[in-house]
Amino acid sequence: MIAFILRRLLQSTLVMLAVALVSFGLFRYIGDPIHNMVGQEATLAEREALRERLGLNDAVPVQFARFVGNALRGEFGISYRMQRPVADVIAERLPATLELALISGTAALVLGIALGVYTALRREGWLSHLIMSASLIGVSLPTFLIGILLIYVFAVELKMLPAFGRGEVVQLGGWSTGLLTASGVKSLILPSITLGLYQLTLIMRLVRAEMLEVLRTDYIKFARARGLSDRAVHFRHALKNTLLPVITIAGLQIGSIIAFAIITETVFQWPGVGLLFITAIQFVDIPVMAAYLVLIALIFVVINLIVDLLYFAVDPRLRAQRPGRGH
Amino acid sequence: MTTRTELHAEPPRASLLARLLDSDLFYSFTRSPVTVVAAIVTLVYITAALCAPLISPQNPFDPATLNLLEGFTPPMQPNEFTSKVFWLGTDAQGRDIFSAILYGSRVSLLVGFAAVGFAAVLGIGLGLLSGYVGGWVDAFIMRVADVQLSFPAILIALLIFGVFKGIVPPAMQDRVAIYVLIVAIGLSDWVQYARTVRSSTMAEKNKEYVQAARVIGVPAPLILVRHILPNVMGPVLVIATIGLALAIILESTLSFLGVGVPPTQPSLGTLIRVGQDFLFSGEWWIVMFPGAALLILALSVNLLGDWLRDALNPRLRG
Amino acid sequence: MSQRPLAATGAHVHSSPAAEPPLLSVRKLRIEFPGRRGTLVAIDDVSFDVARGEILGMVGESGAGKSLTGAAIIGLLEPPGRIAGGEILLHGEPIHSLPPAAMREIRGRRIAMIFQDPLTSLNPLFTIGQQLTETILAHLDIGLQAARRRALDLLTEVGIPAPEQRIDHYPHQFSGGMRQRVVIALALCAAPELIIADEPTTALDVSVQAQIIALLRRLCREHRTAVILVTHDMGVIAETADRVAVMYAGRLAEIGPVREVVQHPRHPYTRGLMGSIPVLGADVHRLVQIDGAMPRLNAIPTGCAFHPRCKDAFERCRLERPDLMAAGPTRAACWLYPPSPNPEPTP
Repeated sequence: MIAFILRRLLQSTLVMLAVALVSFGLFRYIGDPIHNMVGQEATLAEREALRERLGLNDAVPVQFARFVGNALRGEFGISYRMQRPVADVIAERLPATLELALISGTAALVLGIALGVYTALRREGWLSHLIMSASLIGVSLPTFLIGILLIYVFAVELKMLPAFGRGEVVQLGGWSTGLLTASGVKSLILPSITLGLYQLTLIMRLVRAEMLEVLRTDYIKFARARGLSDRAVHFRHALKNTLLPVITIAGLQIGSIIAFAIITETVFQWPGVGLLFITAIQFVDIPVMAAYLVLIALIFVVINLIVDLLYFAVDPRLRAQRPGRGH
Repeated sequence: MTTRTELHAEPPRASLLARLLDSDLFYSFTRSPVTVVAAIVTLVYITAALCAPLISPQNPFDPATLNLLEGFTPPMQPNEFTSKVFWLGTDAQGRDIFSAILYGSRVSLLVGFAAVGFAAVLGIGLGLLSGYVGGWVDAFIMRVADVQLSFPAILIALLIFGVFKGIVPPAMQDRVAIYVLIVAIGLSDWVQYARTVRSSTMAEKNKEYVQAARVIGVPAPLILVRHILPNVMGPVLVIATIGLALAIILESTLSFLGVGVPPTQPSLGTLIRVGQDFLFSGEWWIVMFPGAALLILALSVNLLGDWLRDALNPRLRG
Repeated sequence: MSQRPLAATGAHVHSSPAAEPPLLSVRKLRIEFPGRRGTLVAIDDVSFDVARGEILGMVGESGAGKSLTGAAIIGLLEPPGRIAGGEILLHGEPIHSLPPAAMREIRGRRIAMIFQDPLTSLNPLFTIGQQLTETILAHLDIGLQAARRRALDLLTEVGIPAPEQRIDHYPHQFSGGMRQRVVIALALCAAPELIIADEPTTALDVSVQAQIIALLRRLCREHRTAVILVTHDMGVIAETADRVAVMYAGRLAEIGPVREVVQHPRHPYTRGLMGSIPVLGADVHRLVQIDGAMPRLNAIPTGCAFHPRCKDAFERCRLERPDLMAAGPTRAACWLYPPSPNPEPTP
């Protein structure tokens, strides 16, 4: 078990280093960092001094080591566009994205599993057919279109919900939350649906396919032959086996919610890190891009680790995979 | 063994068309009215986009054909100055939305097909290499694939775009943007092809006929193309069809985010991006019709892909 | 390997008094699979009885319909397969058309089933104790503690060593043979009257097969449980069964007491089957092989389904389909044994 976790940790570290390398490459070789930091009027000597001060004349491995060291301390330099430390900008924006992602992710997971199980069990029911057809529309409907449609219906026509922004937020320490004010909660509704709907359809289709697969297995047939009730067969046996592979993919889906938030945040002008990233790309604000990349990679790696641990907890075969000498 | 006997049991060589019409694939096609409709819609859509200059009432991106007086004409209502009727209305500059959609679909489809082609060629190539050569080449390619697969395609495409913006001088960006878009989408979607092709290659390369071909000195690339590739065409076709829908959606998303094709060459996503601003002032048609067009296209292709996957893999038929 | 004393079983064929219906009675069973190119008839006109405590062997090539018959009896035919005709009676009560809930009452409690592969029959995510107790609790009105005690007893009975520790283990921690013992214990949970064992030893090592068969036989004798033993292994049948039903292309070819069928097979197909088992001490050079292969379900020949492969076939076999007819102590569906004017009572 410990060996397993250590191995996964090592792998995660390697992935993070690879991402850091890409990110460093961006930072160092895309455009001239000096040119981006100082204005046109800086003299050659000033530029050279800055270059020396930033260590840009050092050997590349040294620079990379310094980049990683800074990244570990959460320092990614100064945003070219905003002239503020990148870490501050991200810290300010992160709560908005996390709140949005958490709410839509949870909803997508819960509803996705429930609908997936339902459609798998009632395969021939009309409601299942309806849900499956709707889900195909859901998969074909680009996130931004969902957002636009929702805005048109609920904000423009019905004037029920706000079309952009976070509403009023409350500061709790360093965390700004929209969950404590009425306008904040109202503002969350449309973006959450937009962000969650696609994930919901994916999770639902995945759960359904997996469940159908499990329902075909011998142990389910045998469970029926043993005379267990449908409820026991479906929700005790089939569901547990279904959710095992679903954990992995759902984990990745939840992770990708953070990335998909880029689109939702653009549609709703939601002040999160996704909007920050898209602006950074448009303005070639390399430090912000680099930092965002590392942040996303970190979130993914952490989620992957959690998924692995969950797997470990649920699947007895993994736990017993390497019986120690003691057994 | 059994396959061999079955093969001999088949009547000897019907014509290709006859065999197609008799195949299980075609049967399951005719049995699924939704799929037939999806296929027809896709075909009509592609034809319309290809023939856009012939069918569209105006060339929406030739400023000479635009009349500002015709701006914001609602659909199916005569314009108050020129009393011209536009089926789907016009945008702020008096551009016919229907024509814009036709031209926009061309761009969307072009990028979609090109990106899928790029991804397929890259993925199949790497998959064949990985599966046939094995060893560290395989390990390396699959590691990269694993890491990439754990990041969403949109992020990878955005990143590639960000790099492109940093490298290419602004003056040239509009001209090459569409190629970068194709590469970015293609690069974000090669992994599935590679994985599928790799596993088939590994299964196939140890079979007797491949060994025999190797023994009589057929060069490896020829073995791969002649013997192994045909075996993976089914799954590749499924991946490519679903990939086409994904690519079209990804392209429109990138264009919507403002990092895709330049505004001078708008795709459906660009039209929606531009139209979104008019939503609040009530000119819903500027955004809704391109949106509906995009949805219909993506949905049809997805339906085809879904059907194809089920038809080629009866075990998964739900 | 083939040290097999033929018909060594204490063959006590139950000729139950005429008044009491047999434990299980299958009457003119017909199973169809509607498909795109017409309907396939997988089982056609199959009739047989199983008496209380009797072991009925059911043999035939793969695809002959043995497993389907078993699945139909316990009500677990996979769609689109369906019972299109005939009936299945348990103690004279029809069970082939029961609503799902009523069928579930029977499944596991009165009729249990054992599948071919013990590796895949057990849910990998639950301990065997959990799977045993849930089955016991589903059928018997006892508490959790009592259920666990019963689970332990069952494990002991099927010969799992150290059941107190093993009960909390997961399936993957057992060997194939041990897993099949667990599966048998699961089938025995509610002391059913009939167990359908579908190829219970095929997936096991040869050395383990004999143990499992011996266990199954012992348990049945002790509990007076009837067994339908589906297998393609005539050796297993010869050692275990009281009576044998031979299936060919979805029909019964021959049915009768095991000793008769094994030693004096009447149907040419059974003769071929028997001839293909090497018997130690017998003249080995007479191993027979049946030419050709069983027809596919969509191409069953007219008349007797076996006639294209049969050396003794004559005109009538090609034209007319034979029903089961008395052929000495057994009954065979073969025109070599045309019905006599005064039919004997069937066994």
